[in-house]
Amino acid sequence: MEHIPLNFPFLAAALLVGVSFYIIIFKRNLIKLIMGIAMLASGVNLFLVALGYRAGGGAPIYTDAPEGPMVLPVPQALTLTSIVINVAVLALMLTMVIHIYRHTGSLDSEKSRKMKG
Amino acid sequence: MRRVTGLIVLLVLVASLVSGVLLIHPFGDPDASDMDDYIIENAQEETGNNNVVASVVFDYRALDTYGEATILFTAVTGVLLLLRTRKRREESS
Amino acid sequence: MLSKIVRTVANQLILFILIFGLYVIAHGHLTPGGGFQGGAVIVSGVVMLLVAFSSKELKKSLRERVLSIMESTGALIFSILAFAGIGTAFFYNFLVGTPIFGRIPAPGPGPGDFWTGGVVPLMNLAVGLKVVAGLSAVVLAMALFASGEEIEE
Repeated sequence: MEHIPLNFPFLAAALLVGVSFYIIIFKRNLIKLIMGIAMLASGVNLFLVALGYRAGGGAPIYTDAPEGPMVLPVPQALTLTSIVINVAVLALMLTMVIHIYRHTGSLDSEKSRKMKG
Repeated sequence: MRRVTGLIVLLVLVASLVSGVLLIHPFGDPDASDMDDYIIENAQEETGNNNVVASVVFDYRALDTYGEATILFTAVTGVLLLLRTRKRREESS
Repeated sequence: MLSKIVRTVANQLILFILIFGLYVIAHGHLTPGGGFQGGAVIVSGVVMLLVAFSSKELKKSLRERVLSIMESTGALIFSILAFAGIGTAFFYNFLVGTPIFGRIPAPGPGPGDFWTGGVVPLMNLAVGLKVVAGLSAVVLAMALFASGEEIEE
């Protein structure tokens, strides 16, 4: 695991973000849009954790730790915060979709665009 | 018209993402790790924890955790506010 | 409400899930884990109960007042621990060196001691309470809202 060509984990995170951009721009169903936003959150979390890797390193915990260097601990702490915030925002979005479905009767985002007075 | 504009925007974004990813530091070799080296060496004597990530989350950067707990509280309040059912039946008036 | 076999198995399994979740919360300063992760484990056990019994049955055991008091207590303990070391700085770790949770472990790798960590294990407990109460209230409210549609119309 000395030299990984093309920075493969970073490329996987960029592809996840690219696929979620495609979903957000081109799809009209509201549930699919919410799934696209969740995929965007997963891609960003993967990128954050992969930034702090040291070759041959172990977890940054001193209880029964193996020999060798330790991985950077600060990106893991930021990812924990990001996951919790994404869960909270996703819960709010799903509640609003429930209310939109009750009012207009359809899950199409084109039908509930125009504001009525 | 909308599909062509969407396609151009998507291609520009994906190209910039992929080209940006190939230009940063190689995987497994971080550049500037002075803060993390200091935290790994001194976390056991200053905080007394064996878990360095827990000491970063709850001691060195505890203000971020405070703000995150507030966001969780606000989101739970908002969801419970939106999901109330009407208790009384509306009579035909 | 599912069949009798599912209800009996869910009744027996919730004890083990609760003990595992409390272990992950309590040993947050020695092993990977902590407040948020252990809270998510316990909430998944509550969701299992919600699927086995219907939401109307579960509403009699998990009352809304108890959940609200639990969440507010968690937030209050977190704030009090933040302001208690205000003599030196905000969020100062004032319990390192005192007999409560104040030992310092041996430097380098080795088995950990439970009574270490300063103010971090207490903060883990407060955050775990908050996450359990908040997320189980959200899940219960969504299930009640979805099944209560027949009553209103």
